[in-house]
Amino acid sequence: MSDTVPTQTGWATHPSQALLKVAERTARRSRSTGRRRFVLFAGLGMLAVAIIFIVGAPLFTSQSPIAIDALHPLAAPFTAGHLLGTDEFGRDILSRILYGGRIDLAIAFGATSVTLVFGTIVGLVAGYFGGWVDNVLMRIVDLFFAFPFLVLIIAIIAMLGPSIFNMFVAIWITSWVSYARIMRAQTIVAKKQQYVLAARALGYSRLRVMFRHILPNTASAVIVFSMVDAIGNIILAASLGFLGLGAQPPAPEWGTMISDGQNYILSSWWIATLPGLAIVFVGVAFSLIGDGLADILRPGDR
Amino acid sequence: MTVPASAASGGTPASAASGGTPASAASGGVPASAASGGGALLSVRDLRTYLATRHGVVRAVDGVTLTVNEAEVLGVVGESGCGKTVTCRTIMGLMPRKGTYSSGEVIYHPRGDANLLRLSQNQLQQLRGSHLAMIFQDPMTALNPVRTIGDQLLEAVTAHARLPAKEARERAIGLLVRVGIPAPEQRMKDYPFQFSGGMLQRALIAIALASAPKLLLADEPTTSLDVIIQDQILSLLLELQRDTGMSMILVSHDLAVITEVCDRIVVMYGGQIVEEGDSATIITKPAHPYTRALLEALPQGGERGQLRSIPGSPPSLINPPAGCRFAARCPFVTGECRSWDTELLAISGEGHRTRCLRHEEVGKIKWQAADSV
Repeated sequence: MSDTVPTQTGWATHPSQALLKVAERTARRSRSTGRRRFVLFAGLGMLAVAIIFIVGAPLFTSQSPIAIDALHPLAAPFTAGHLLGTDEFGRDILSRILYGGRIDLAIAFGATSVTLVFGTIVGLVAGYFGGWVDNVLMRIVDLFFAFPFLVLIIAIIAMLGPSIFNMFVAIWITSWVSYARIMRAQTIVAKKQQYVLAARALGYSRLRVMFRHILPNTASAVIVFSMVDAIGNIILAASLGFLGLGAQPPAPEWGTMISDGQNYILSSWWIATLPGLAIVFVGVAFSLIGDGLADILRPGDR
Repeated sequence: MTVPASAASGGTPASAASGGTPASAASGGVPASAASGGGALLSVRDLRTYLATRHGVVRAVDGVTLTVNEAEVLGVVGESGCGKTVTCRTIMGLMPRKGTYSSGEVIYHPRGDANLLRLSQNQLQQLRGSHLAMIFQDPMTALNPVRTIGDQLLEAVTAHARLPAKEARERAIGLLVRVGIPAPEQRMKDYPFQFSGGMLQRALIAIALASAPKLLLADEPTTSLDVIIQDQILSLLLELQRDTGMSMILVSHDLAVITEVCDRIVVMYGGQIVEEGDSATIITKPAHPYTRALLEALPQGGERGQLRSIPGSPPSLINPPAGCRFAARCPFVTGECRSWDTELLAISGEGHRTRCLRHEEVGKIKWQAADSV
């Protein structure tokens, strides 16, 4: 920067040179789209690592997640045979984290994708058609927002009986409403744009205008939100597990593991902490993906 | 789905004008007459579009009657807010349903006597794109920002005709070549923000023409472009109109633009047509004070004088004054003007009509700039 400061004898460097240097630096930075995509790829990489370990669990541990090693309960990490130690029943923590991830990832993907698609369509329809369609759909959404989210989910699970599948159902029923609201707001803004009018002037059908013209312009918001929601759903699954409403013992699940480990948190910290770190790892992965997508889905800024 | 054969035979207005560039119209290249290829293509009868707003009912279009003949370019000119755009959008059925009330008749003759105002959205959808197309004022916002030009063009090409992917692509590239976009193969991959305004308007024209419409409504297609590009776009539109034999309604607030390219001109003021006639007549013998004022407001070539404007502003269309709507700004105004039940009066000259009681005086006064326009 010092070379841009004018001295008494004039510019240390010719001003055009100095300006060029600064501008080129910025240009280089924005030219490397890799830099922009780094966040996204970092997130995808972390998620890929998690998926490889979780799906390929049998390859990375020979222990069964539910086998009880009665001789070594509460073994500390790096004990022979138990890399990450054991819990109070002597079950291998590493194996429980790897196998337990299957449930948590299934929730992250399965619960989130269904609510994402359904909520997006509802919001798109409500926003595009407006009028009574919008009124009816949004009053239904309001109905869901009127109750505390967790209470609603707990009520549904309590009604259906605690199980993993019912946890899915409860999330499906309740969490599409956020997507519907976001999407509706975005659609109402987008449908007033001139490109929508132009598309209609070309004789495109309503469905085409909605899905091929409005959706690509509005999807980024819900997609980015869905990444946050995926983390939310993992944590929700963990909380439900913690409350005993999700995975039932002895099935491994991160939330349940944390809940089981809390009694030993002072003496055997690893039982609750390690599955917690697994949640953090996956959560960071999703949030990086969300940030990366948010950048990439705006072509105007490229 | 090929482009209709040229209907240039006899339908071309003033072959003299077609020789020179439209830009040179100022030096006598004015289309000579309203002679047109065929019969009426689109008839609009007593069209009224009222908009319910918080401040009251806006009579945006208040009794517009016009006809577009086949292979004809009809110019619609008037100040901002005089109902040009609303007229176009009502014809296309693109006004928001909520709070818009229309009456009158819009008849698209190739489709029989059906009133377009009464068609359902689905029926209109069939007509839009393939029969009626529209291009918009601001090309920067009329294309979807997150999809490539090629993607949107391909969509337009295949919207009304099932085509194999390869053929569709070839047609799309052909259209881009036709509207003068260099390196079309590469530009297909670009997003709208990578195009300049003029290029975007070209791309939009290509998209509008993808299904070979019979009538193109160009709503101020050059307003947001700089002057050199304006000329290029206008020439392009005219050239395409002549090649395809389609009809065109060219809307503008710029009388200079309109007189260069149109066969007939409709002058609108306050939601009504105040004068209509063929271009030559309108320019040389304006029979409405508003038209005359518009002509006087045009900068004269070479002269470096004060630009003239029309004093006052257009009337509110919420409660338009009784009688002539131009009365408040009119130098010829009399008491009668403010009370008569205005109508378009036929005057000498084929199809030349004006909404002015004192049209004879407007016409008689020597129009000193007539030969320099």
